[in-house]
Amino acid sequence: MSTIKYSKEHEWIRVEGDVATVGITQHAAEQLGDLVFVELPAVGKTVKPGDEAAVVESVKAASEVYAPLSGEIVEVNSALEGEPGKVNEAPEGDGWFVKMKLSSPSELDGLMDETAYKAFVEEQG
Amino acid sequence: MELSENNSPEDLKSTPLKAAHEALGGRMVPFAGYFMPVQYPSGILTEHTHTRKKCGLFDVSHMGQAWLKGPDHETTAKALEALVPADIQSLEPGQQRYSQLLNDNGGIIDDLMVSRSAYPATEGWLYVVVNASRKDTDFAYLKKNLPTNVTVESLPQWALLALQGPCAEAVLQSIVPGIDSLKFMQGAPFEFMGVVIYATRSGYTGEDGFEISVPNEQAQALWSAILAHEDVLPIGLGARDSLRLEAGLSLYGHELDETVSPVEASLLWSIPKHRREQGGFPGSTRIQREITDGPARKIVGVKPEGRAPAREGTIIMANGQGVGIITSGGFGPTASGPVALGFVPPALAKPGQALELMVRGKALPAQVVKLPFIQKSFKK
Repeated sequence: MSTIKYSKEHEWIRVEGDVATVGITQHAAEQLGDLVFVELPAVGKTVKPGDEAAVVESVKAASEVYAPLSGEIVEVNSALEGEPGKVNEAPEGDGWFVKMKLSSPSELDGLMDETAYKAFVEEQG
Repeated sequence: MELSENNSPEDLKSTPLKAAHEALGGRMVPFAGYFMPVQYPSGILTEHTHTRKKCGLFDVSHMGQAWLKGPDHETTAKALEALVPADIQSLEPGQQRYSQLLNDNGGIIDDLMVSRSAYPATEGWLYVVVNASRKDTDFAYLKKNLPTNVTVESLPQWALLALQGPCAEAVLQSIVPGIDSLKFMQGAPFEFMGVVIYATRSGYTGEDGFEISVPNEQAQALWSAILAHEDVLPIGLGARDSLRLEAGLSLYGHELDETVSPVEASLLWSIPKHRREQGGFPGSTRIQREITDGPARKIVGVKPEGRAPAREGTIIMANGQGVGIITSGGFGPTASGPVALGFVPPALAKPGQALELMVRGKALPAQVVKLPFIQKSFKK
């Protein structure tokens, strides 16, 4: 049983047990355009909400991907370093960024569900 | 991450092709006071590589077009030569040249294309194309500094399309017969739908191609006729920037500004020998001194060794010391990696010079490379 949550910074977070897989949303990937470079954090790094978890670069600009939750990075999607375009092809699938072991699972309550995120994107539109 | 949504302020201007861009799904952003497409649904990578392999159509109607009208070629050319360091007098009818409008300190007010009119009836006229972001400044400067017998007539009623890439000639020839007679940096009037259009064989991508000045009323029809060809994709400002960067071409506000001289900008090739020696243009004392003694800084091509792009503003280091700054940097889809332009001291400007780029607190290895980053292919 997994739950998918969304952040206001356009990340999706899929939680299974105490491990969360994090990526950027379809909407974010479309807005950024073709990605040409992804920099991932070191495995073992501990982060808290708002810390830089990754950097993505499109042809035009660099953007930070912020950690949506507190925890330790336990795995990174190294395939993105050679094929950053995977993020554009399947942002909510093969284009995931990191897996993190959550230290404060209660932070999940502050995130949005899919319906709320869709409304948030529309409102920003 | 933060996604900057570019809402359109009411006061932005539009080109006659705004509706066409929107119908194609162009993502419209403010640029130089205009509402312009930064990309279409195919995306910047596809738009870029398509332009190099087939051809791409650009709306560049935001750029400033003007006639400088004098009584005869010699009078108009001499008057403009007092403001730019190029050889304008020797232009043949239809011939085009690249130059820079200079201030009294030899700094670049703008860079521009200058063509001698190919219409026999318009002897004494020069056609200029300047940057969108600078056109108001440029036209005011020209009006103030040209003699009273040379007038400046800006052409807001004319749109400007660019068709660039190896298929450009064949595509345009099917719509505007005879255009294949133009050679690189030549222009001539042609006919389209019963009106006169003016095409030059030039561009801003490093590829063969054309820029076509067309009355606003016919712009949509010409755009659609070109786009109907299967080899053509519409190209936004995003790929226009990556194409010019790979071609090693300067962009005003990045490599060029009012403090930068043509020598510093590595544009000395555009100043012929007799003008270097004789001067007679604004800031010629500084430019002659820089030719003799070397400039304080010089624009070079910079190739980061890894995959990480170095953006504008990145500090350039050599032997642990800050020595310069990246002026334009991004990803070159055809170069298959990051590419950049930046200022370094002349002593560090030779191809092969090792540099380091400070990207997010890390010193990334890079080297000076010869420009352009890609092979140019012009029809001489």
